[in-house]
Amino acid sequence: MTQLLFKHINVEGLANIDVYEKHGGYETLKKALEQKPEEILETVKASGLRGRGGAGFPTGLKWSFLAKDVFPRYLVCNADESEPGTCKDRELLLKNPHLLIEGMILCAYACRVEIGYNYIRGEFYDLCEIFEKALEEAYERGYLGKNILRSEFNLDIHTHLGAGAYICGEESALLNSLEGMRGEPRLKPPFPAVEGLYGKPTVVNNVETLCAVVPVVEGGAEAYAALGTEKSKGTKLVSVSGHVRNPGNFEVVLGTPTSEIIEMAGGMREGRKLKAFIPGGSSVPMLPAGKVDTPYDYESLQAAGSMLGSGALIVMDDSANVVKETLRIASFYMHESCGKCTPCREGTRWLHQILGEIESGRGKDENIELLQDISDNMSFKCFCPLGDAAIAPVLSGIANFREDYEELLSQAKAGAAAE
Amino acid sequence: MFAFSETSEKEIEKQLVKYPPERKKSAILALLRIAQQQNGYVSAEAMEEIGRRLDLSPAYVESVCSFYTMYYTRPVGKYVIMFCINVSCHLLDCDNLLEHTAKKLNIQVGETTADKMFTLLREECLAECSRAPVMRINNDYHVNLTPQKIDQILDSLK
Repeated sequence: MTQLLFKHINVEGLANIDVYEKHGGYETLKKALEQKPEEILETVKASGLRGRGGAGFPTGLKWSFLAKDVFPRYLVCNADESEPGTCKDRELLLKNPHLLIEGMILCAYACRVEIGYNYIRGEFYDLCEIFEKALEEAYERGYLGKNILRSEFNLDIHTHLGAGAYICGEESALLNSLEGMRGEPRLKPPFPAVEGLYGKPTVVNNVETLCAVVPVVEGGAEAYAALGTEKSKGTKLVSVSGHVRNPGNFEVVLGTPTSEIIEMAGGMREGRKLKAFIPGGSSVPMLPAGKVDTPYDYESLQAAGSMLGSGALIVMDDSANVVKETLRIASFYMHESCGKCTPCREGTRWLHQILGEIESGRGKDENIELLQDISDNMSFKCFCPLGDAAIAPVLSGIANFREDYEELLSQAKAGAAAE
Repeated sequence: MFAFSETSEKEIEKQLVKYPPERKKSAILALLRIAQQQNGYVSAEAMEEIGRRLDLSPAYVESVCSFYTMYYTRPVGKYVIMFCINVSCHLLDCDNLLEHTAKKLNIQVGETTADKMFTLLREECLAECSRAPVMRINNDYHVNLTPQKIDQILDSLK
């Protein structure tokens, strides 16, 4: 089993710099500083590494979009992990903060950035303390600060704690939040690479992406690209949750069948059968059991009608009712809609209301069509991806598990007739 | 009247140096957090003081404060219980666990116990899904919850 990010994850005390160094920590950085920044950028590009936060955008390409010769420029790590079902960044931050620091330094060096921020979700207060301790250690050893390892490269990294807002995981909302504003998304373009933090060129990457830069640079582009499929290179951390025996975070080579990942998590509970799974967090369409052999990679999951997203595999067995779970997810999006644009602000509310009526046995047959109609009025019409995320479970639930809806609707009809 | 304590002032200094001097507005989330750590919640007076520090109007500070869920604008209990109710926890019966917790504390969700010890809140995904069901009490995570485990945790806090 190829383990790149999780190779030493269970080594005791790994968050301490001595232990991290004993396991090869900061060696990649030392070698990288002997190369030119462009060479590191080329390596990351050639590796095929894609953003692990949800969008899956090629990382090296994102870096290469930085506006030329505009300084200062910034690196922002997105540690606002809040996509329902996702808990991989939390484990990395908790157990291996130096891997993230090393990845951030490599990224900053390749992109000629001298100031980095780690935007950590407010609920991760404990992890912020761990990360700050690790930063202190890295400064002491000369991996951060001025003239890092006598390379004339300077870098400072600061933490910035969020305060509870799912939308801040969206990169432009995160930048607004970092600037001291309400975390509402910005109009794109301009993209952060051109006008990001404080109007300056900014790279925003997810925790896992930045961590993955270390093995990419360590082993070289070719070795990394040899893992995975044509369009999905390397490994991915998958957070498995829900109705499995041993939920957890697992590092898999992209292209591993989804069914195998469920097996890694101990398989289904005693006497239960798989009913549905959400492969990439609550923002992606849910799939029926029949698609469980789909290779877990960007292109295969898309072909199957869903997305890899953040890598949160939520498993539901035959005890689950899809309408009830969809209602729960709809309530989340209603709560997290920032209110900036009308289709999302109103649409998430209406979806929640109608799903609530169906779930509580007060639904009408035409409600299904109404849900689809509202979804259509939100699809690609919202200011940021939150609106599209909100309709994914609704539309996929209706398409793949219509019987759960119909059962509740026929109960409602029977109830009405009895009155 | 609201005044930052000496400890808070030190913490504020540490936060302000992170940002370019002309961008001190970036520290607003930190100052709100520090005010709350000091007094348990963020009062209107605290918002005014934060505005003075960062050259922002009280209305602006309030607009930011109200956007984020982790700031309390009214007093809360000594322990704030944030109970995750999102999908991974929901699949593992968090609704009943939340009800159990409310019953044990003899309050409704959203309320504070009469002795001001506990406030019980619903929370969205806490990003600890593979150890669901999960709750957070102040800054501490509690995972793989069962009714017995919840009882133990709450009893230990009394």
